[in-house]
Amino acid sequence: MNALLDHAITFTLGCYAIASMLVLVRLVRGPRAQDRVFALDLLYLHAMLIVLVTGILHESEHYFELALLIALFSFVSSAAMAKFILRGEVIE
Amino acid sequence: MTAPAWPEVVVAVLLVLSGIFVLLSAFGFLRLRTFFLRMHPPALAYTLGSWCVAGAGALHFSMLQGQVVLHPLLIPILLAITVPVTTVLLARVALFRDRLGGVEGTPPSLKVTATPDTAQDQSE
Repeated sequence: MNALLDHAITFTLGCYAIASMLVLVRLVRGPRAQDRVFALDLLYLHAMLIVLVTGILHESEHYFELALLIALFSFVSSAAMAKFILRGEVIE
Repeated sequence: MTAPAWPEVVVAVLLVLSGIFVLLSAFGFLRLRTFFLRMHPPALAYTLGSWCVAGAGALHFSMLQGQVVLHPLLIPILLAITVPVTTVLLARVALFRDRLGGVEGTPPSLKVTATPDTAQDQSE
C-alpha cells in the first residue's frame, strides 16, 4: 500500500467521521420528524461510503456488496418512514 | 512498487475530494435554517461524494487486478435512482405537515385554489 493512498484514506475516513457527527447533531436536535428521517438517510450514506473506502483500504471486493445492501436498505427504510409520517401507515 | 504511480495519485485525490464534499454537505445540513433549505446540501454528498468514491474504487481495483473493473459504479447509479424518490417523498412530507400545522409562508394546496371547471371534473 502506497503511503500517499494510506494518508488519503485516513483523511477521508476522518472527514466522514466528522460529517457523521455533524449529521448526528441534527438527528438529535432536528426540530421536526422529517429532519430526523433525512438525517438518518444521510447517516446511511456515510456508513455506505465508509464501507466502500474500507474496501479500498483492505483491497477486498466483498465490501462492495455490503455497500450495495446498505444503499438498498437506506432507500427502503427512508421511504417507509416518509410514508409513515405522511399518512400514518406504510402501505395503504 | 508494482503499479505505476499515477493511478494511486488519482485514487488519493478522488478520495480526498469525496471526503471534502461529504464534510461540506454535512456542515450545510447542520447550519441552514429551514428544512427546505437543508434538503439542498446533501445532494453534494449523494452525487459528487459517491461518484468520487466509486470512481476511486473502480480505478484502484482495475489497477490491482489488471483488468477493467466497473462494478463499483453500480452504487452511484443505484443512488441516482433511489435518492430522488426519497427526497421528493420527504419534501411532500414537509409540505403536508407544514400545511397541517399552519406554518407561516407555506404555499397553499392546489385543491383549495381550484377553478370551478376543475372542481366539476373532480366531482364527476
